[in-house]
Amino acid sequence: MTRFVVRRLFGMAVVLFAVSVIVFVVFMVLPQQNPAQSLAGKNATPLLVENIEEEWGFDRSLPAQYATMMKKVFTGGLVQYEPRIAVDDEIVKRMPATFSLTIGAAVIWLFFGLLLGYLSAIRAGGWLDRILTGVSIAGISIPVFLLAPVMIFIFANQLEMFPNGQYVPFGEDPFEWANHLILPWVTLAILAIGFYSRVLRSNMLDVMNEDYVRTARAKGLSERRVMTRHVLRNSLIPVITLFGLDFGATIAGTAIITEAIYDINGVGLYAAEAVEKFELPPIMGVTLYGAFFVVLMNALVDIFYAYLDPRVRLGESATE
Amino acid sequence: MPTQEASAERGPWALALRRFLRNRLAVAFLGVFVLIVLFVLAAPLWAEHVAETGPNQTHTVEQITVDGEKRDVVSVEGKPIGPQWFGAGGKFFLGADSRLGRDEMVRLMYGGRVSLLVGISAALLSVALAVILGLLSGYLGGRTDAVIARTLDAIWSLPVFLIGLAVGIALAVGGLELGPLKLSGGSLLIPILIISIFTVPYTARPIRGQVLALSRKEFVEAAVAQGAGPLRVMFGEILPNLASTIIVFFTLMIANSMIFEAGLSFLGAGVQSPNSSWGTMISVGEELLNIQPLLAILPGAMIMLTVLSLNIIGDALRDALDPRGKARMDAALQLEAQAGATGDGAAVLP
Repeated sequence: MTRFVVRRLFGMAVVLFAVSVIVFVVFMVLPQQNPAQSLAGKNATPLLVENIEEEWGFDRSLPAQYATMMKKVFTGGLVQYEPRIAVDDEIVKRMPATFSLTIGAAVIWLFFGLLLGYLSAIRAGGWLDRILTGVSIAGISIPVFLLAPVMIFIFANQLEMFPNGQYVPFGEDPFEWANHLILPWVTLAILAIGFYSRVLRSNMLDVMNEDYVRTARAKGLSERRVMTRHVLRNSLIPVITLFGLDFGATIAGTAIITEAIYDINGVGLYAAEAVEKFELPPIMGVTLYGAFFVVLMNALVDIFYAYLDPRVRLGESATE
Repeated sequence: MPTQEASAERGPWALALRRFLRNRLAVAFLGVFVLIVLFVLAAPLWAEHVAETGPNQTHTVEQITVDGEKRDVVSVEGKPIGPQWFGAGGKFFLGADSRLGRDEMVRLMYGGRVSLLVGISAALLSVALAVILGLLSGYLGGRTDAVIARTLDAIWSLPVFLIGLAVGIALAVGGLELGPLKLSGGSLLIPILIISIFTVPYTARPIRGQVLALSRKEFVEAAVAQGAGPLRVMFGEILPNLASTIIVFFTLMIANSMIFEAGLSFLGAGVQSPNSSWGTMISVGEELLNIQPLLAILPGAMIMLTVLSLNIIGDALRDALDPRGKARMDAALQLEAQAGATGDGAAVLP
């Protein structure tokens, strides 16, 4: 196990380094324009550009420039220049909104995904099965930038059941917090429910053929107990892994667009606003921190998976 | 199932075509896709003869005559005119897009051209790269394989949408200069390159696996024994056997690339003005969601329809070309499952 953890963490470090190099190359090396000019923003004064050039050391060698960038990122020295705001502070300030959105949505999609997956597995081939197949195909084909406007139009503008987004901090008013987040939660969840139910279903159908399930039935356990204790529990392991990965992926993808459409004041909206204004430092910060978060989560999920299922770590060392 | 005699008479492609045509849903959606392509190809005709305006032409202070009555294209409060259908002879068929008063129908047709162009080019490039990398990696093995496979794994584990967003905006601001390749910030090649590079592993990994399996077959041994060099074996012997995989993945990758492009363009890091795609149209329309909801929903619905058709066609192609394939899950879902299971995400794509 230790060996697996060390290997996995080493792999993670390599990917993190690769991410930082990609960001460095893309922001500092590839562009035709002077990177100081790009960092300063559209309406920067020549003096500001000159200052940035000096601050970031654009006259020095590329490795030195890379070191400066990384130092800035990790010591909170990354700032947006007009108005001058520390990128770190802004990201920290907006994190509660992003996590409220993503965690809430994840709870909903996991709950309904597993419930529907379980129901369709114990009645494989039934009508629920067929509906879920449809729902899961729709789920991966409806892009969030279509679903979100449709939801706002129907439930906020026409029926006026929910507010059309925006974010109210939990500490301010827990009821309004939930009320404002329901539509965004459902939007994100709908896209994943069908997929999760299908994954659980196919896992359960596989597990049902295992010998230990036959043994459980043979010793006279009730069907319900066989299903919940033996089949469901053993089918959940891959789903949990998948969930860990998708959660990270949602934060670094769909959530950005969802925040932008629902006007939720989170990290994704920060990035979206920066893109609109062509402000590079916030994007650099959000990308690096976001990528680090996702890659770290993936590594932890893998380690957790190996812990739950010894075949993974044994297979890993057996192939060497 | 076709009988043995039938398979002997007809080639495998004819059989696959027959199997595909038997799938009514797929044939219907092939029809939908063809209609979408015709729709965007007709853009200049509609613009010139019906709407009499261009996709970027503004009509801020103009009036049109609808059923003998004069109407502002953009009202005093800045509200664009709604759908006129044929009330004004086809002008502003779907209304105007924003306070700039551009013809929404014309923009939808031209935007679709850009969306499809970027999607198809990115998929073409991505699959081509994937085939080359997969062949080299799977057939040569050894160090080449180690380097290529690890690189693909690394790209696979990145949050590609987030990094694509960063790359997109950095290059849109500063342009691109890479050796002889010089691109201005507004070039369509920038989103195409970004999407194709970040999506290479989707296709390259399955292709590598298939090449590994094919390399051990007798026909490869026979070719080597006859003195064929590695290039001839890879491209002359193995490549033709990858044809069905390539066709299926190409179809699915167009859908995937279009979603990627729309997400980037919606946020402003994809297609840059003066070009506009369905993705950029959504972000323009989204601001008027409470007065003209169609402006945001229509381009989104066009993307969905295109992507859905391509996913269903790709799925049916897989069934038709590989009828004994064990994979019974929909091809698109499978693509996502592969992605999810290893950490990236087709699931990330919005």
